[in-house]
Amino acid sequence: MSAAEFDIHYVAQLARLSLSPEEEGTLASQLTSILGYIEKLKEADVTGVEPTAHAFPLVNITRPDVVSQSLSTEAALRNAPQQANGLFLVPKIVE
Amino acid sequence: MLNQLTISELTTKLARGETSARQTLQACLDQIQRVDDRVHAFLSHDAADALAQADAADQELAGGGSGKPLLGVPIAIKDVIAVKNQPLNCASKILGDFISPYDAAVIEKLRAAGAVVFGRLNMDEFAMGSSTENSAFGLTRNPWDLTRIPGGSSGGSAAAVAADECLASLGSDTGGSIRQPAALCGCVGLKPTYGRVSRYGLVAFASSLDQIGPFTKDVRDAAILLGVLSGHDLRDSTSVALPVPDYAAALTGDLKGLKLGLAREYLVDGLDPEVKAAVNAAVKQYEKLGAEIVEVSLPHTEYAVATYYIVATAEASANLARFDGVRYCERVAGGDPIEMYSRTRGAGFGPEVKRRIILGTYVLSGGYHDAYYLRAQKVRTLIRNDFLKAFETVDAILTPTTPTAAFKAGEKSGDPLQMYLSDIFTISCNLAGICGLSLPCGFTGNTRPRLPIGLQLLGKPFGEETLLKLAHAYEQSAGWHKEKPPLASA
Repeated sequence: MSAAEFDIHYVAQLARLSLSPEEEGTLASQLTSILGYIEKLKEADVTGVEPTAHAFPLVNITRPDVVSQSLSTEAALRNAPQQANGLFLVPKIVE
Repeated sequence: MLNQLTISELTTKLARGETSARQTLQACLDQIQRVDDRVHAFLSHDAADALAQADAADQELAGGGSGKPLLGVPIAIKDVIAVKNQPLNCASKILGDFISPYDAAVIEKLRAAGAVVFGRLNMDEFAMGSSTENSAFGLTRNPWDLTRIPGGSSGGSAAAVAADECLASLGSDTGGSIRQPAALCGCVGLKPTYGRVSRYGLVAFASSLDQIGPFTKDVRDAAILLGVLSGHDLRDSTSVALPVPDYAAALTGDLKGLKLGLAREYLVDGLDPEVKAAVNAAVKQYEKLGAEIVEVSLPHTEYAVATYYIVATAEASANLARFDGVRYCERVAGGDPIEMYSRTRGAGFGPEVKRRIILGTYVLSGGYHDAYYLRAQKVRTLIRNDFLKAFETVDAILTPTTPTAAFKAGEKSGDPLQMYLSDIFTISCNLAGICGLSLPCGFTGNTRPRLPIGLQLLGKPFGEETLLKLAHAYEQSAGWHKEKPPLASA
């Protein structure tokens, strides 16, 4: 796995990002160069090292299962691009 | 001039009835009028709303005050933090006319403390950048030299404080986005320990790295603000349930017995000689103040930038998936939802954001996850352990904040990798989750106009009291914070 195998078109699809052909070209070459730099990490010795997802691991953080204040429907819809009947309107999902 | 006061100076004057919240806010508004056409720190500000808050503060003051630590103090906000009924854009086109329906936890706290919360401060789009050149609404200029950048991503927050357009501001820091602009603009910038300040209402960039923090004119103000912002929040499950100390009380000026570490790995090739000289002079000053200087080693420093650009971009690719045109955003129509998402995001995100989303998606994708993301998380452990080990022998680590002073607009924007490498001193702090602060330690001599140089102090997890004590003692003995950019009073 390396910079050479980087398929910008495929990754853009995964990211749901539509790119123009120029953008694809520019991004592909910039990212290849960045990935080339990141190869540096292969030099680090990570034998027996646990991954860190969170600097100060907190475990089982919960709050009481109690209904508390939340956004009203009106507030939640305030920035909706399209809405109807108190719902967000989107293109058809299922045929 | 009232807008030039510090928080502690203003609160004293207000308590004595020597001035009003309204007059102070008006002085800030006048300053914005005077300089912001050139500095462009503010994307917008709601003067009427701010004046109403100031009037309410004056009413409370007239009634004898209420002991609120920030009553009447005008504080401006980076455009990445939610303020109810104000625009929330993260300096991006994609959010269109989005108006926040709620206040972030830190805004609730500022209001409870009596602050006048106003303005939307410019930033790199979605907090991705080191110069504020990635804003979709034009860059902010460094008040010390308008041909140069203020740093990023909280460039507007730093510039506004440096130019006396507000008494303090809030920013966010994921890889240095508070500390670096503070250094380049000559003010104080603090990144609290991860978990110290609630992220509820902060638009997430990298959830395991982000923290909100203050920009102030001096260290005492930073201590005051940190005390207001800190605290456990049930709505942020990564916030820590530790008591909030009286940070201002830690500013005793007594450094006896404290050990300051110098990391040999931070003497990099790209370190500007004037920055090096200023930091070395600060080290001598610390010795005079009674601190002991100890050499430490942070051996995995060379991997920090690479680690960050995998971890942060991976987290960003997940966090920014929500900007899809369904519940908010400038929607671009599509025949089906996926086409709608792709077109909305393609039209709305700027180039740096796209770059990072693509990189983050790639490093998490099938076949590459273990080689990149998992490996980066392991190197993150090594970086964190470097710090924890160093903190067994020292109380804080002293470094330059940036390798150079502010660079010219356009100088690095063509080469993303060059831009990333300029974060080398600030990035490890976020990976390790520890606290860090930048404060002024001098100026360049070789440039006209002269430019601020910042000193960084890195502290133990939840070691902000020691950090602030160390910073304050140096600041009071050196006095750099008293210098203002010529533009601020022109």
